[in-house]
This record gives sequence, structure tokens and C-alpha cells, in this order.
Amino acid sequence: MGSLTKAEMAERLFEVLGLNKREAKDMVESFFDEVRSCLASNEQVKLSGFGNFDLRDKRQRPGRNPKTGEEVPISARRVVTFRPGQKLKDKVETYAGPGEE
Amino acid sequence: MTKSELIERLAMRHEDLSVKDVELAVKTMLDHMTEALSSGERIEIRGFGSFSLHYRAPRVGRNPKTGQAVELDAKYVPHFKPGKDLREQVNDSMKQGR
Repeated sequence: MGSLTKAEMAERLFEVLGLNKREAKDMVESFFDEVRSCLASNEQVKLSGFGNFDLRDKRQRPGRNPKTGEEVPISARRVVTFRPGQKLKDKVETYAGPGEE
Repeated sequence: MTKSELIERLAMRHEDLSVKDVELAVKTMLDHMTEALSSGERIEIRGFGSFSLHYRAPRVGRNPKTGQAVELDAKYVPHFKPGKDLREQVNDSMKQGR
């Protein structure tokens, strides 16, 4: 099965809301753009029912280059984590798996 | 930022649309994403990240109050992997001391 992409999301906005193709494409673009720029300014994003995008600051820790075995420190960094909301968790939980076709 | 703040920000960027339309657009997009994941489909948004399902094997859990063993079925949980642009922008914000 293919993946859901921005193009298909725009198509759905065209069908459901009757936005023209240009507006639909812009809306999907700006949706992800707003979420991204919010996270990039260190602000959490909470989309009730869907989930929360949180930010975590990680301290430097020792790492290793898996190829050479050489010790390389993993630098301190800020990362995004996603915590799915209850509604999304409940819907996904009932997915029975790929199964035999 | 909450969903209603996101709707406000999008409404400012799309002055040709009513707030009601923007609200419906956000709902439609989130429902579409939920629908994809719950039918086992991945979501791939370039520059933002991808959503997929992770399998959790069946296990025996315990009721923390009573200590009684409970059989838990196998299940799938949503997983998000940030894309390169998002990862870099978020990490840069820390370097800039925000």
C-alpha cells in the first residue's frame, strides 16, 4: 500500500471543502509549516484527539562509530517526540495487521 | 500551540477563507491522517516527517492496584519520525539558546 502524502491530503480538501486545487495545496503546506515553525521556536504543539508534539533537550552522551568502533561523543541536542492522543491510539489499536491477502 | 491557535494562525495566512472553512480543513486533514494510520497506511510528509505503526507483541501485564495478571493482546501504536528539516530546525533553536 502507498503512503499518504500532501498531494492526497490536498485532493481531499478539494473534494470535501470545495477549495480550489491551489488553495487546497497551500492549506496543506501551511498546516505542516505552522507546526514545524512552532516546534522550531521551542513551543510544544497540542492537537487534541490526534496527539502532542513535544520537545526534549538531551545532554551529550558517549557514542560509538558502529563501523570503526571508535568512541565519538553524541552532542547535546533538542529532539521532537510525538505522543499520540487517546482517540488516535484507540483507532490504531484495532488495526488487525497486514494479514494474508 | 493548541488546535484552536493553529486554526487562528492558518486563518491569518488564508484571508480568502472563513475561519469556519479553516476549522473544517484542519479537522479534515487530521481525520485523513488518523484514517490512514488506522488502516495500516504510512504518512510521509517531506521536510516534516513520517508516521507509521509499530507492532507491540502480546504480553502479560499486571493490574498495578491488585497485582493480578492480565493478558494483553498484540497491538499497533502510532510512531512519528521527524524529517531532516524539522530535526535540524529544532536542534538549531537550541544552539541559538531559545
